[in-house]
Amino acid sequence: MALGKQAAEQPGGLLTRPTAARGIWSWLTTVDHKRIGILYFVAGFFFFLIGGLEALVIRLQLARPNQALVDPDFYNQLFTMHGTTMVFLGIMPLSAAFFNFLVPLMIGARDVAFPRLNAFSFWTFLAGGIILNSSFFLGGAPDAGWFGYAPMTNTQFSPGTGIDFWIVGLQILGVASLMAAFNFIATIINMRAPGMTLMRMPLFVWMTLVVQFLVMLAFPAITIALIELLFDRQVGTNFFNVVNGGLPIMWQHLFWIFGHPEVYILILPAMGIVSEVLPTFSRKPLFGYPVVVFSGVFIGFMGFAVWSHHMFTTGLGPVANAAFALTTMTIAIPTGVKIFNWLATLWGGQIRFSTPMLFSLAFIAMFTIGGISGVMLAVPPVDAQVQDSYFVVAHIHYVLIGGSLFGLFSGFYYWFPKVTGHMLDERTGKWVFWLMFAGANITFFPQHFLGLIGMPRRIQTYATGLGFDLWNLISTLGVFVLSAGILLFIYQVLRDIRLGERAAADPWDGRTLEWSIPSPPPVYNFAELPEVRDRDQLWYQKHGPKHHGGGLPEKPAETDQGIHMPGQSWYPLMTALGLLIFAYGLVYNLLLAGLGLVAVIICIYSWAFEGVGGYHIHPKTEEQS
Amino acid sequence: MNHTAAHGVAEPLEHRSTNIPDRKILMWAFLGSDVMFFGALIASYVVYKGRSLTGPYPAEILDIPLTTISTFVLLMSSFLMVLALHALRENDIPRFRLWTFGVCLFGAIFLGFQVYEFRAFFQEGLSLQGNLFGSTFFLLTGTHGVHVSIGVLWLMSLLIGSYLRPIIRKDALNLEIAGLYWHFVDIVWIVIFTVVYLVEFV
Ligand SMILES: [Cu+2]
Repeated sequence: MALGKQAAEQPGGLLTRPTAARGIWSWLTTVDHKRIGILYFVAGFFFFLIGGLEALVIRLQLARPNQALVDPDFYNQLFTMHGTTMVFLGIMPLSAAFFNFLVPLMIGARDVAFPRLNAFSFWTFLAGGIILNSSFFLGGAPDAGWFGYAPMTNTQFSPGTGIDFWIVGLQILGVASLMAAFNFIATIINMRAPGMTLMRMPLFVWMTLVVQFLVMLAFPAITIALIELLFDRQVGTNFFNVVNGGLPIMWQHLFWIFGHPEVYILILPAMGIVSEVLPTFSRKPLFGYPVVVFSGVFIGFMGFAVWSHHMFTTGLGPVANAAFALTTMTIAIPTGVKIFNWLATLWGGQIRFSTPMLFSLAFIAMFTIGGISGVMLAVPPVDAQVQDSYFVVAHIHYVLIGGSLFGLFSGFYYWFPKVTGHMLDERTGKWVFWLMFAGANITFFPQHFLGLIGMPRRIQTYATGLGFDLWNLISTLGVFVLSAGILLFIYQVLRDIRLGERAAADPWDGRTLEWSIPSPPPVYNFAELPEVRDRDQLWYQKHGPKHHGGGLPEKPAETDQGIHMPGQSWYPLMTALGLLIFAYGLVYNLLLAGLGLVAVIICIYSWAFEGVGGYHIHPKTEEQS
Repeated sequence: MNHTAAHGVAEPLEHRSTNIPDRKILMWAFLGSDVMFFGALIASYVVYKGRSLTGPYPAEILDIPLTTISTFVLLMSSFLMVLALHALRENDIPRFRLWTFGVCLFGAIFLGFQVYEFRAFFQEGLSLQGNLFGSTFFLLTGTHGVHVSIGVLWLMSLLIGSYLRPIIRKDALNLEIAGLYWHFVDIVWIVIFTVVYLVEFV
C-alpha cells in the first residue's frame, strides 16, 4: 500500500529532509506521536530496569545485619540514583509513553500540535538519562539523595563531579518535560475532534492535561534551584553558602515547591489509566465523571499549597506546620472521592477479571494503603516520630509502585493490543500480576514495621539485635518475587509481540475513540475526522440508544485535500545532541559548553527554516484503487 | 495523487477546537512557566534581601535615575512593538520594518545600559561571589538580560526574514507571538525595577 511519497526537494537548511520509512533512520528522524510513544516506553523501561537493579543491590546489602556487599560511598550513590532514576527516568517517561501514543488517538487528532518538538522532547529526555547514568563511569554518581539537600551538595562536602552531573542531567530532563508540557497543552486545548467538549474528554486526557499544567508550573522552581546550586559550585556564589549568609532551608523550599507537585505528576497519569480501565471491564460508565475530573484538578491545584509537609521537622514553627498539615489533609478529600467513585464504578457492573483489570484493582487497594500512611505522615507529631525512617520508604513505595507503576502496567496490558496488533496472553499476564502484587507487598509492607520500630532510611547497614533482622530479610526476599514478575513480563512481551493472537480493532469492547481504528493504528490515525456526540463516544456508537446520538455519526464533508502528514526531521535529534554536548561542557569545560550552545542555536534556526513540510495521504482514494 | 505542501504556503487544513493558533497557545504556556522562573528568582532575591554580611549594599550603589531611563527605553520599545504589529497587519511593510528595527534598537540600548551598570557595580566591588546581594542581583537581572537578548535576536531574525522572502499572512502571527514574548519580558522588568530598585527608596 503506497501511502504517498515525501516531497523530494525541501528548503531544508543544512541537512536534507529525511524520508526513510523503515529501519533505524526512520526511528531517529520520526515525528510520529505513536512511534515517539514507543520510543519513550522502550527507553523509560530500560532506565526503570537500571533503577530496579540499583534497588536490588540496596536490598541485598540490607538483607542481613553488618554486611559489606557495597561500601557506604557506593551505597549513597545507589540510593540517590535509584530515587532520581525511578522518578525522572522511569515513571515520568513511561507516563509520557502513554501521553504520546494515546492522547491524539483519544481526542481524534492526527498527531500532537508540534510533532518535531515532540521528537525533541524525547531525544532530550534520552540525553538527560545518558548524562545521569554516565556519571557512574566518570568519577562517581551523585550521592546526596534524590532531593540533593544543601549543604551536602556544595563543593566542600561533594567535591567530585557527581553532583554536577546530577544538576545538568536534571536541567536537561526539565527542558524535555517542559517542552512536552507546552506541546500537550496546545494539543489538548486545540486538537479535539469536532464535538469533543472538555467534559466529553476521556478521563486519561483530563489527567494528562492536569499533569502538563503541573509540569509547566512546578519545574521552574527546581530549575532555578539547580541553577543557583550550579553557580554556587562553579562560580562561587552564595545562594546556599552558610558562611556568607545563604540559607540551606531555601533549597528545601524551592525543591519541595517542585517536589510535591511532582508526586502528582507521577500519580495522576496512573489515575487516568485506571479511570479508563475500570469502566471498560465493568461495562459501566465511570461513576460521577465530573466529580472525578474536578477532584483531579483540585488535587493538582492543592499540590502547590502543601510542600512544607516535607519540612515539618526543620523548625518552621507550629503555625506553619499546622497550616501545611491542614492543606495536606485537605488533599485526602478529593483523593478519597476518587477512590469511592472507582468503587462505585465497579458496583453492579459486569466485571471481567482480565490482567489490566487486576492491575487496576490492585492500584485501588495499594494506593489506598499508601494514601492512608500519607495522611498519617501529614500529622506533624507523627511525622516527627517517623520522619527519615523506613515508614516513609514504605509510604512512597506503596504510592509509586502500588499506585503509579501498577497503573502503568494496567495501561500496558490494556493498550498493548492497540499498539502492536497482538494480544498479550491472559494466563501469563495473570502470573505476572500475582508475582508483582505479592512481591510488592512482601517487600514493602514490612517496611512499615521497620520504620515504626526505628530503622532510619539511607543507612548502609545496621547492627543485629535491634529487631530489624527478620523484616529486612523478608523485604529482600520480596524483591526476588517482584523481580520474577518483571522478568516474566519481559519474556511475555518479547514472545507475544510476535506470536500473540492477532488483535481486533476493539478487543475489549472499549469506550473511547482509539478503539474505533485498526490495531495497530495506521500512520494517519483516522481516515476521517470522528464526530463526537457523547462522553464514551465509541460505546454509544456501538450500544447507545438511537435517540442518544446512537449509530454512526454523520460523515463530515469529504475534502480532496487528503490528510496532511508532517515531514520527518533530523533537527530534533541534532538539537538534543547539542544540548548533550552543552551539558557535558558545563561539567568539564566551558569551551565545550559554548560549542554545544552554538550547535543548539544553529539547529534551532535550521529547524525554523526547514518548516513543517510533509505530504498528503488519501486513505479513501487509495483503498478504492 | 500526492500534493506537496510547499514550505510556508499551504497551511494544513486541520480541525482546531478554538480560534487560537497552536503556536500562540504554546507561547502562552511558555510564559506561564516563565512567570514561575522569575517568581523563583525574585523570591530568592527577596528572601536574601538584607542578609548580606558584607557590602556593597543595594542602597549604596543602585542608581535610580539611570535605571529609570533604561526602564523608560524598554517601555517605549513595547510601544513600538504595538506599532510594528499594527503596520504589518495593515500590510504597511516599510513601517513594519522601521518599527521592528526600533524595537530591536531600544532593546539593544536597554542592554547597553545593563552592561554599563554591571561594569560600574563591578568597579564598586559588587560581584557574584562577594555577598548575597551580588549573587541574587546578578542572577535575577542577568536572566532578564538574557531574555531581552533572545527577544532582540528573534525580532532581528523576523526583520531580516522580511527581506529574504515575500511577506505572507503567517508573518503577522509570527510577529504577534514574538510581541507577546516582548511585552512579557517588559512587564517582568517593571516588577524587577519595583522590587529591586524602587523599594530601596521608599
Ligand atoms: Cu509532598
